[in-house]
Amino acid sequence: MIDKHCKFLLAVCLFFAWRGISFAQPLSSEELIKKARTYDNKPVVYAGEVIGDIMFRGEYAWINMSDGKNALGVWIKSGLLAGITQTGAYGSRGDWVEVSGVFHRACPEHGGDLDIHAGSIKLIVAGKKLRQELNKQKRDIVFILLGVLCLVSILRLIKRPLKAK
Amino acid sequence: MILRPRLEDIRSIGYYLGKIIIAIGLTMLLPIAFAIFVGEINPALDFLIGIEISLIIGLVLTKVCFTERDLNWMQGMVVVSLSWLVAAALGAIPLYLSGHWLSYLDACFDAMSGFATTGLSLVGDLDHLSLTHNLWRHLIMFIGGQGIVIVALSFFVRGMSGAFKMYVGEAREERILPNVIHTARFIWLVSFVYLALGTLALGITGIFIGMKPFNAFFQGLCIFMAAFDTGGFAPQSQSILYYHSFAFEIITVILMVLGALNFKLHYCLWMGRRREIFDNIESRTLFVSILVVFSIVAGSLSHYGIYPQALVLFRKGFYQIISGHTGTGFQTMYPGQFFGEWGHLALIGTICAMGMGGAVCSTTGAIKTLRIGIIAKAFIEDVKRVILPEKAIVVQKYHHVKDIFLDDKQVRSALLITLAYLIIYVLGACVGLLFGHPFLNSLFESTSAAANVGLSCGITNPQMPALLKATYMLQMWAGRLEFMSIFTLIGFFVAFVKGR
Repeated sequence: MIDKHCKFLLAVCLFFAWRGISFAQPLSSEELIKKARTYDNKPVVYAGEVIGDIMFRGEYAWINMSDGKNALGVWIKSGLLAGITQTGAYGSRGDWVEVSGVFHRACPEHGGDLDIHAGSIKLIVAGKKLRQELNKQKRDIVFILLGVLCLVSILRLIKRPLKAK
Repeated sequence: MILRPRLEDIRSIGYYLGKIIIAIGLTMLLPIAFAIFVGEINPALDFLIGIEISLIIGLVLTKVCFTERDLNWMQGMVVVSLSWLVAAALGAIPLYLSGHWLSYLDACFDAMSGFATTGLSLVGDLDHLSLTHNLWRHLIMFIGGQGIVIVALSFFVRGMSGAFKMYVGEAREERILPNVIHTARFIWLVSFVYLALGTLALGITGIFIGMKPFNAFFQGLCIFMAAFDTGGFAPQSQSILYYHSFAFEIITVILMVLGALNFKLHYCLWMGRRREIFDNIESRTLFVSILVVFSIVAGSLSHYGIYPQALVLFRKGFYQIISGHTGTGFQTMYPGQFFGEWGHLALIGTICAMGMGGAVCSTTGAIKTLRIGIIAKAFIEDVKRVILPEKAIVVQKYHHVKDIFLDDKQVRSALLITLAYLIIYVLGACVGLLFGHPFLNSLFESTSAAANVGLSCGITNPQMPALLKATYMLQMWAGRLEFMSIFTLIGFFVAFVKGR
C-alpha cells in the first residue's frame, strides 16, 4: 500500500518537475499566442529583444519584447529595469533579455491584453548602436538618375522655345 | 461596334497620368526633408531614388503626350485607375530599397495597402524600420485617404472640367462645395485641422504613458494618419497593443469614427449644423449597424467566456468592431487570437462589420452605410406597399444633408455596388480556399482586403503565395475605387484589342 502511494507521489512529482522544466525553457511568442489557454495564469519564461520605449508607469513599467516573430508586452517593476540600457529601433539592437513571470491570455488588470507579469529579468546579450554607413551603390544610383533627370528637364526646356518660334 | 481608342485618347490619359506621377514624386520631398532632419542618410537615398524615377517618368509622359484637351469621362476614369497602380509601383520603390520587404511585389503590396488605406502589411522586422520609411508608410495612407487625384487636383491642377471626372473616378461622387477644386481643398483643410488636434492629443498621451517626447509625437502623427484615414498601419509591430493604454485606445476610436464620417457631414458640423449628425441616414445606419454587430460579437464572446470581465469584453470587442467597421484595421489583440479564441459567430460579426464600412465621401472603403441605409429604406417601402391598401401612395424619403425622395435609380445603384462588393469578398475567399485556408479565415482576410480594412487573422504574411498577394492587391485597388473606373479601364483595354 505504502509502495503504491510512493509510486503515485513519485509520478506526481515527476509530472510537475517535467511541467516545471518545460515552462522553465523560454517559450516562443508563437507558442504563447497559439496555446494561450494552456499557459494562462501559469509561470512562463520568455526571451526576446527589448524594443521601442520603456514606458514607466509609477512603480511598474511596460516593456515590449520581440523574439523575432511577435512582440509581447511585459509588465515589470521599474526597479528591475536598471540593467536595461539599450532598446531596439532603427540603428540599434536592443538588449536581449529573459523574463520569468506569469502569463495572462486576457489580463483582467490590463484591459484583457495578452501579457506577462514578470517577477525577474536577466540580461542575456547587451544591445548596441549600429553604425550607419553610407550605401555607396545607392549614392551612385542617385547621381546617375540625377543626370538623367537633368537631361530630360533640359530637353523639355530646349524644345519649348523651338516650338514657340 | 466597339471603337478602338484614338491616339488623342492615349495622349490625354498619358498627359494627366504624367501630372499625377509628378505629384506623387513630389510628395517624397517630405520624407527626404524628414530623413535629413533626423539624420537617416540611407533612407534619404531611397527616397531620392524614388523621387528621381517618378519625376523622370512624369516629365517624359507630360512631354510626349502633351495635349491641351480636357478629359472626357472615359479618359478620366482610366487616368484614375491607372494612377493608383502607378502610385503603388512608385511608392514601393523606397520601401523595397529599405531591405525590409522580401520582394518588390511585397513592397508594392504594402504601398497599395497604404494608398488604399487598407493596412494589411508584409513588412519584415517593423520594429527596426527607419523613422523615414515609417513616416512614408503612414503618409501614403494620408494621401490615399484623401484620394491620390485629390492631391493633384488640390495642388497641381487649376480648374478644369476634367477634374470632376477624376474626382468621381476616385469613388467620391459627392461635391461638398460647388467647385470640385474647392471641395478637394476643403477635404484637406478638415484633414489638417484634425491632424494638428489628433497628433497633439496622441503625443501628449504618449508622454503621459511613458514614451520619450519625440517618439510620442512622431508615433502620434503616424497613428493619427492611419486612424483618421482609416488605414491601419502602425509604427510598431504590435499595432495599438504596443501602447498598453486605455486613453490611447479611446483617442484612436474617436479618430477612426471621425474618419468614417462623410466629409459633407464634417462640413455641416463645421457650419454649426450639429443636428445633421442625428438626422443623417449615414450616421444613423452606422450607429445601428455598430450596435447590432457589437451585440452579436459580445453575445458570442460572453457565451464562450473568452474574457474574464464584462468591461474587458467591452474594451476588446468594441475596439475590434469599431476598427473593422470604420475600415481602419488597428488591433489590440494578435491576429492568431481571432481564430484561436473568438468563436465563429464573433468572427462572422466582425466580417459583417468590415464588409459594411463607413460613409461615402469619407476615407473608408467597403459597401458604405449610405447604400445600406438606402437598401433598408427600399425594403421598408416594399413591405409598406404590401401592407397598405393598393391605392395608397407610398413615398419613402431619407435625410442626407437634405431630404431626398427615394427613387428606383438610387436603389438600383446601391444594390449593384453592394452586389459587386459581395462578389469580390467571396471571390477573394475562393482564392484563399485554393491555397488550403479554411473558408471563414479566407473570407475574413478577403473581406478585410476588399473592404480596405486591414484586420488580419494571420493569412497575410510575407510567405504567402504570390497569387494570393496579387489577389489581395487587386481587391484593395478595386474596393477603394468602387469598381467603376476599373470596369472602364478593362473596357478601354478590350476596345484597344477588339475595337475598329
